[in-house]
Amino acid sequence: MITIVDYNAGNLRSVKRACDAAGADSRLTQNPEDILAAERVIFPGVGAARSAMDTVLARGLDGALREAVRRGTPVLGICIGAQIILERSEEGDTPCLGLLPGTTKRFQLEDPRLKVPHIGWNEVKVEKPHPLLAGLEPGDELYFVHSYYPSPKDGARVYATADYGGSFCCALGQGNLFATQFHPEKSGPIGLDLLARFARWDGKC
Amino acid sequence: MLSKRVIACLDVRDGKLAKSVKFVDTKDIGDPVEKARQYYEDGLDELVFYDITASSDGRGIMLDVVEKVAAQVFIPFSVGGGIRSVDDATKLRLAGAEKINVNSAAVKDPELIRRCSDAIGAQSVVLSMDVRRAGVTPEIPSGYEIVINGGRTPVGRDAVAWAREGEQLGAGELVVNSIDADGTREGYELRLTRMIADAVQIPVIASGGAGKPEHLYEVLTEGHADAALVASMVHYGDYTVQGLKEYLRGRGVKVRMPRRLS
Repeated sequence: MITIVDYNAGNLRSVKRACDAAGADSRLTQNPEDILAAERVIFPGVGAARSAMDTVLARGLDGALREAVRRGTPVLGICIGAQIILERSEEGDTPCLGLLPGTTKRFQLEDPRLKVPHIGWNEVKVEKPHPLLAGLEPGDELYFVHSYYPSPKDGARVYATADYGGSFCCALGQGNLFATQFHPEKSGPIGLDLLARFARWDGKC
Repeated sequence: MLSKRVIACLDVRDGKLAKSVKFVDTKDIGDPVEKARQYYEDGLDELVFYDITASSDGRGIMLDVVEKVAAQVFIPFSVGGGIRSVDDATKLRLAGAEKINVNSAAVKDPELIRRCSDAIGAQSVVLSMDVRRAGVTPEIPSGYEIVINGGRTPVGRDAVAWAREGEQLGAGELVVNSIDADGTREGYELRLTRMIADAVQIPVIASGGAGKPEHLYEVLTEGHADAALVASMVHYGDYTVQGLKEYLRGRGVKVRMPRRLS
């Protein structure tokens, strides 16, 4: 059973629908205790870092997420969920959860033809093998929609990159914590495959 | 590198698929959920549904269509047509639409864009603009004007100025639909698309006039569009999504070639 953290950050039902299609049981929760009791957790989200963090703190979800990660519960962050696991976001200069050292940065693109937000399908390059990325093949593209990207301090935390006016981190993790800037729930069969792998993942890599 | 997107547009009336030619004489051509599923499996990048239902009963039918599509189709899709409030937008989002399209209602009430953007995020708000050629005047310096009510009513607004205003108000993407080209199958309005794509920082989706694969190539290169909208080209089976993408790739345009999982 996957517990999807509901904190008013975008359309979380789309993550649930994708889990259904991937054959993974899931439920939505706003309750910190459900996160502590969860077998595995998806921490999704779209929107702004500041409002996402405000809601996380107001609902007391920060402590539960930190504890779940510490206990070894498999946790998957998506989009904003991949950004606010770092220490800080440049978006509104927002202090974040600090589950991994690093900063979420805004795209600074020299090429004026490249638009921000980065919206659409982009090739995801696996930099380091990970059980959740095992279904990806070179050239596979996944769906992105964002203006900021996670930049972990330790380069060894980067599992995949994409190129948009330069290479940026689009999948990161440590131990039982993994996160993607792209949206597996909107990335067709390849994205559903990633979710199916998460539903079976033992949290080791 | 980001791929150029191929987006299919499905006009829906009373829960059934229709395709308009010059916005009149719509003719029913099937089940939107089935069609969406077919395009998804064929490697489509994104879908747009325009609800052209007039009655309020039809609204409920559309939400039902959206729910069914969301349960089967795992690519982004947006819904437009008759969205007049944040409440309309939120309902469609909850039913499973990734984005909402506003059009005439935003021309009449530009702040609608900001309200929707604040409520569901800029990435989920698409400003769809119906544009037609006009004489160059001080009011319409680009020579393209905005029309509403399905292309019938000009509002005296310059298309490029409106695109910029929409971006400022918080739209995350623009659909630029040429009324002159719509339904002709003679190609997108390249000059218009390029003017607007160059004037804004947000992605531009070209719409209206696609009839041959070359038209997509032209608008994605010369027209500076980030995505090309197709309708009748694929609805009637003349072309497949996969075929269009293979053509574009063959001409050096980066597009996503989906891989089937074994």
